[in-house]
Parts: sequence; C-alpha cells; structure tokens
Amino acid sequence: MAAVLEQDRHLELTVDELKHLFSPRAETGETMVLNMGPQHPSTHGVLRLILELDGEIVVNAIPDVGYLHTGIEKNMEAKTFTKALVMTDRLDYLNTVGNNFVYCLAIEKLMDVKVPPRAQALRVILAELQRIASHLVWLGTHAADIASQSMLFYCFRERERIMDIFEMVSGQRMMTSYIRPGGVWRDVPAGFEDAVREFVNLLPAKVPDYEALLTKNPIWLDRTVGIGKIDAQTALAWGLTGPSLRGSGVNYDVRKAMPYSGYEQYEFEVPLGTHGDIYDRYLCRMMEFRQSVRIVEQALSKLPKGPVITDDRKVAPPPRSELGTSMEAVIHHFKLWTEGFSAPPGEVYVATESPRGELGVLLAGNGGPKPHRVHFRTPSFVNLSALPILSKDHFVADLVAVIGSIDIVLGDVDR
Amino acid sequence: MSQIEKTVAALRDALREAVSEVKEFRGDTTVVIAKERLLEALRLLKDAPGLEYNFLTTLTAIDDWPAEPRFSVIYQLYSMKHNVRLRLKALTPGDDPVMPTATGVYPNANWHEREVYDMFGITFTGHPDLRRILMPADWGGHPLRKDYPLGYEEVQFSFNWHEIDNKKPYAKA
Repeated sequence: MAAVLEQDRHLELTVDELKHLFSPRAETGETMVLNMGPQHPSTHGVLRLILELDGEIVVNAIPDVGYLHTGIEKNMEAKTFTKALVMTDRLDYLNTVGNNFVYCLAIEKLMDVKVPPRAQALRVILAELQRIASHLVWLGTHAADIASQSMLFYCFRERERIMDIFEMVSGQRMMTSYIRPGGVWRDVPAGFEDAVREFVNLLPAKVPDYEALLTKNPIWLDRTVGIGKIDAQTALAWGLTGPSLRGSGVNYDVRKAMPYSGYEQYEFEVPLGTHGDIYDRYLCRMMEFRQSVRIVEQALSKLPKGPVITDDRKVAPPPRSELGTSMEAVIHHFKLWTEGFSAPPGEVYVATESPRGELGVLLAGNGGPKPHRVHFRTPSFVNLSALPILSKDHFVADLVAVIGSIDIVLGDVDR
Repeated sequence: MSQIEKTVAALRDALREAVSEVKEFRGDTTVVIAKERLLEALRLLKDAPGLEYNFLTTLTAIDDWPAEPRFSVIYQLYSMKHNVRLRLKALTPGDDPVMPTATGVYPNANWHEREVYDMFGITFTGHPDLRRILMPADWGGHPLRKDYPLGYEEVQFSFNWHEIDNKKPYAKA
C-alpha cells in the first residue's frame, strides 16, 4: 500500500486535464463552471455534475460518476455462482428482483438448465410487481423534484404494499435474493395469490388519481413539455433503452423483442411516445403501470402447479425432505454448498427489460465454480451518458427534471 | 440462410483472414476479429444494407491472465431491424493493451471505453475523453485485472489494535 501511496499521484484532476470538456468561453469567464452534487437531493443519489452555465442556461453538463462504486463485478469473481447472487441485489436497489432474475437467467443459459413453468410464472409476477414499485418511486421522486410534493406520499403508500408481498415470499422487503439459479428459493406461501390479486385490483384505481394530479396540470406541463428532447436516431446512437427510448417512439422492449421466462404467453402493449421529451417519457411510464398489471393478472390466473426449482441436482439443491433418506441428495447438497457447481468455459449474454431499460449480463465461465467475468450492462449507466445532450440549452432548473425523467439509480450506474 | 449466417458470411467476405474464429455457444455467436480491422468490421455491420447492427448494447473486456494475448474486448451488437444479437471480439496483448476507439461508429462506446480503460487499463486511441470513470482520478492500478488483488481490511483485535491502526492509510490526529 505504501508503495502505491508514494507513487506520483495527484488527488484531483487539474483544470488543464478537464479543459477539453468546456467551451473556450469558460476560460474568459463569459460562462460559469459550477459544481452540482454529489450530495444533492435532486440527483437521485450521489451523482456529481460539473455544469457550464451561460447565465441560467446549461451549456454543458458533465456527469462525474463512481461515488457509489462498490466493485461488485470484482467481488463476484471471488465467490461461487450461487453465493455471488446476493451481490446482484445491491446493484439497482429499486429493481432487486430484476437483478437476481437476469443473473439467474445467465447462469441457466451458461449451464443449460431448464426452469419449471411455475417458477417462470412466479418470476414474471415478481418482476412486474418490481417494475410497478420502481415506477412508483420514480413517479414520487420525479414529481417531488418538480414541485409536486404530495405525489411522493401517495406513491410510497402503494409501494409499501408491494414491499409487503416481497417480504411475504422471501422474508425481505428489498434485498430478496428470492430468484435462484434454476428456479426460485421456495414456493410462495398461502395467501400470496390473494395479496397480489388485492394489489392489482387496487392499483388501477390509484393510477387515475396520479394522472388527475399531473397529466393536465399546467405547472407540470410547463416543466415537462418540450424539455429534454431527444430524437429517435440520437437516442439509439447513445444507447438509450427502456421508457427513455420509447418516449422517442422507438418500439424496443426486450420482453417483446426476445421474450424470456415465458413473456411470449402474455398479452401486453408497449407504450410509445412521439416527441421524446420529459412529458412523453412520463406518459410511457404511466401507461406501463397498466400493462404490468395486465401481465400480473394473466400470470396469476394461469399460474401452473408443480415444482418451483429445477430437478437438475448439479445446479439446484435437493429438497430438504430428501436429505434424510437419500445419500445422493446429501452428497449433492454438500457439494453445492461447499464447492458449488462448475460452469463450462465460454460466455453468454442475456438481456431483460428492467424498469429502466435493457439490463443485460455477460457471464463467462472458465470450467471452475466461480465466474470468470460478470459484466452488467446497466441501463442507468448508458442512459446517463446521454445527459449532456438531453440538458443542453435548458435552464439549470430543468436539469433536475431531465435527471428524473431518465430514471437513474446510482447503484445501477456505479455498480 | 439465417440472419446470423448472412452476417458471418458478409464479414468473412469483406475481411477474409482478419476473421480468425467464429464460435457458437448456447445459441450466441461470437466472431473473433483482428483488432487492426475492428473499425472496418463495426462500420460494415452498422451500415451495410441487410445487416444494420444499429445498436451497441455493451462493450466490455475479459482478462485471461496469465494467457496471452491477455485481453479480449467484447462488442455486443444488436440489430433492431432483424432482431439478432452478435458478439464481436478482438484480442489485445497484456504488455501493450491498445485498441482503436469505437466512438466514431457508436457514440455510446464513450463511457463503456472509459470504464474498460479504468478497470482493465486498455487504452483506446482516438477516444475524445479517456479518463477514469468509476475509480477516483488518483487511483493506482486497474481493479478488474486478474492480477489485481481483491483486498480486504485487516481485522483489529484489542491485542494488535495499534499495530494495525498505524498501517491504515487515513489522516491521523
């Protein structure tokens, strides 16, 4: 450590190293360079922005990320495939189920494991509930950022019911780790179906309330229409996905394009915007509430019976009941919890539609029980890189609206 | 002929021996390409009619230390029109890891390449803003390299508290 410290290191970037990011007017003092964050309530976490301002107009906004970097990809390389699962929860803390989901799908593709239909349907139900929960947090915080404080309380009131359902199935409100390689941890408890049904009956009555507060509210329209515009071509070039891309009218949803976990069985629409501004991204997400409810209702009505985890004992542990009578089950159990399962060399890429966009995993095995490389293609990271384009020539006050509209989670950006 | 076979044929046709390997694994196709002709391949895949891989899904690297060439840089592409994914891979040696930048073809390669530079120490020539992105600007080393130790905090007990405390790199009163 001492050797590293003695090296020629400088603690901050010098002005010269950052000069190329600003216009020449910044040097003459015509424009002002201002720091925003990382401790700022409207940046949705620890996002730091270096702003170049001409009066109140944003000339350039340069995101500086990494304040929440926890080295999850590195840490996962030191754990077995199964043990690394709990780290995925901590990536995007508003989409914990979705993170488990995509990581398990990657393991299953790498190990060539089939997931039973009941587990697939349960995964879809939970992933869609998670999407609703995430969109509720987005709506609450986004509205609070642009001066509609009461939304926050309504949204968190409904989100709490989803947290209760998660607690019911996994024992945890947020870091569920409920989806496991090969299926889910254990079957859902009695009362799960009633709780979900109660929620999907409740939410469609609440969404019009939110819309009544915002959709035609003149203040809301002033703050969102025509602001943070991005056209379809630019959005694609900058890798935008999710509602941030669909707000510009591009019909790309991984659930439709490359269905996984049985999404092809469910009927739902992909809401699209036309203008690519904050308001259209808002409308897309509001319509997604209803589509998610539709999917949950369908999955619940034809929820198959049967096992919830694969019977491939090389990947998933045997049921507890077998351990008392089967020597083979004991061996499998012991091997799985001590050594783990070994994945073949090779790499796979799997993508899912997270509430924020395409959440993908590139998982490489090397013949051993630990991942050779796990890379998360996180939508927040990519969407945030387009912030300078979205915020250019808008008021500095609109910047918080733009950040809210691309719905970033800093855990997802920094990993 | 499936869309992916068409792509591979077009790549072989245009780049010939620069395409060193085509791998099929669990339904994913990976094309290994010489890094000198990488940009040519990316431009072809993006612009050629009938291919149109218009979306760079992600860009990352894998470190195969101690094997050589050590790093493989991975370009995960997607064609929205034809709904297919393709993985392009280019190898670069450990003693001089340099790659051409893809920012001219796919603008969103910008942050991905910064991340690969930060985590693996691979330099992208021609990149407009190659700085560390996740680690602090003064960080030493590149964390996702296989020869970079994971590191941990030594546990202090009452009998060796001061001994370990003295080694800790924080400002002391």
